[in-house]
Amino acid sequence: MTSIETIRLDAALGRDSAVAELQSPSPRIVMRRRALTHPGFLFGCAILLLTILVAIFAPLLTSYDPFGQDLPHRLTPPVWSPKGSWAHILGTDGLGRDYLTRLMYGSRISLTVGFGAAAIAGFIGTSLGLIGGYFGGRIDAIVMYFVNVKLALPGILVALSLISVFGGSVAVVVVVLGVLFWDRFVVVTRTVTQQVRVNDYVTAAEAVGASRLRIILGEILPNVLNQIIVIASLEMAVAILVEAALSFLGLGIRPPTPSWGLMISEGRNFMFFQPYLVTIPGVAILVLVIAINMLGDGIRDITAPEGRN
Amino acid sequence: MVRFLAHRAIIAVLVAITVSIIGFTLLRLSGDLAAALAGDTAKPEQIAQTAHMYGLDRPLYAQYLDWAGKALSGDLGRSLFSNEPVTFLIATRIGVTIQLSFMALVFALVISIPLGVLAATRPNSWIDRMALGLAVFGQAIPNFWFGLILIIVFGVSLRWLPISGSDSFSHFIMPMVTLGVSIMPAFMRLTRTGMLDALESDYIRTARAKGLSAPSILFKHALRNAILPVVSLTAVSLGFLLGGSVIVESVFALNGIGFLAFQSILRTDFPVVQSIVVFVSFAYIFLTFLSDVVNAYLDPRIRLG
Repeated sequence: MTSIETIRLDAALGRDSAVAELQSPSPRIVMRRRALTHPGFLFGCAILLLTILVAIFAPLLTSYDPFGQDLPHRLTPPVWSPKGSWAHILGTDGLGRDYLTRLMYGSRISLTVGFGAAAIAGFIGTSLGLIGGYFGGRIDAIVMYFVNVKLALPGILVALSLISVFGGSVAVVVVVLGVLFWDRFVVVTRTVTQQVRVNDYVTAAEAVGASRLRIILGEILPNVLNQIIVIASLEMAVAILVEAALSFLGLGIRPPTPSWGLMISEGRNFMFFQPYLVTIPGVAILVLVIAINMLGDGIRDITAPEGRN
Repeated sequence: MVRFLAHRAIIAVLVAITVSIIGFTLLRLSGDLAAALAGDTAKPEQIAQTAHMYGLDRPLYAQYLDWAGKALSGDLGRSLFSNEPVTFLIATRIGVTIQLSFMALVFALVISIPLGVLAATRPNSWIDRMALGLAVFGQAIPNFWFGLILIIVFGVSLRWLPISGSDSFSHFIMPMVTLGVSIMPAFMRLTRTGMLDALESDYIRTARAKGLSAPSILFKHALRNAILPVVSLTAVSLGFLLGGSVIVESVFALNGIGFLAFQSILRTDFPVVQSIVVFVSFAYIFLTFLSDVVNAYLDPRIRLG
């Protein structure tokens, strides 16, 4: 092949790819298209949105009081059983409280703990990951040392002890779980930061004398954000599961607050004859957590399909 | 390899010291331990007397050094509840927890590794989808609830298995499944990803070109490389299981250290709780170090590097 031909070929290829680039849709449109055709993402979104709406509008959706006891009607079975009635669609618990009402109010606890703990853990973990990944060297070694210490501590045991010390309010549970589940944020943020910081635009920002804080927040953080959202969804799911477990063990949310884990714990006394008291809140946790996980996987597929598996 | 392991060993020791300090201070955060120990009706002088009796009126670092020194010689103090030595309490319960952890681990590995390999050989097939579905499910199911459902089905309705206690092997079956299911997704995903990567690599193409049989390629060449991260995860999981069995042991009333920790937290028996926290952390640190050694040995890039 002569050199002239090569140049022609390059030009032709160059023009072609330039044209293709001009005609291809913007990343935003590509992402929207991917989102609207991703069944897991759509399912996750729908369930999470529905749960949020139920949590907010619970008082409008039910005429019962989540704490209102009605002992004559205790242990009414759900509507699908022969003895059930539409007055209590999911039946009543051992104190005659309407189970559907408690389930709806209970979603407030799960969502608050999930969002709150993920936000605190995300803040701690992302800050540490950005610092370690950007500065490297000894500072990075210290950050990784923190991660190692965190990993070595038995999380559930520490959470149980801390809550037994500080008392089982929603705020305490949120803070304790937030302080305990930041390690994955560090690992992911740090790796991405290490990859991003060698890019030309970071070097350029350094060259024009931008402050380190500005580089980290303005140049690096936006590149890490997608991964942070994915980890946040996973940690939110974990926090919801752990809150349920702690409340079930009696060292989480205190009665009579309707937490799903606590409802299972109270239903346990009746589980041989009224198993629905245990199964219903468990299914609620399972569905919400699956939805959040699918949402997170969906966001990952949509924003970075090459990062699958 | 020696340098790599020496570096890891130093970090492990530093982490262990830090963890022991955290474990020790954890229960001192509550404020006045002496007041809690002396009881609700205690007068101030009684509280002061209790504080003096337990050495709680000394500076925190002195208490720590004293505790750590004794702990190194095997004396972890006595339970405030039963007055038995903590070392004895842990020694009598640890067997149950280790048995449960190993059974759960084996259960998870026996299911997840073949499933992960199968899923990777047929990506996007029905078996791959089923494996991923199982992973999604295992990750999302609250394990205490799953345990209760097993009790309702197999313990109460079918009457196949005993529902609480740790007297015989059959007592461990439901706890094993409950705990195993919660760690299975991670193993399944890791095996699948590792196999997918391995099967696309050059050395597998070479092996195929040489005309090696499919099982030989799959198990002798691909799985061997894919299994490396699984070895690390096994060690990490075992450490996690020792501490993570609190919930499952409590649901099934298995008499292991998890259940002991839970009961001790309820009784504010802080010598027992802090000892178990530190003990489990040390087990985790030791196991991860062990996995570094195994990995360094298995991976020639580290062994010869």
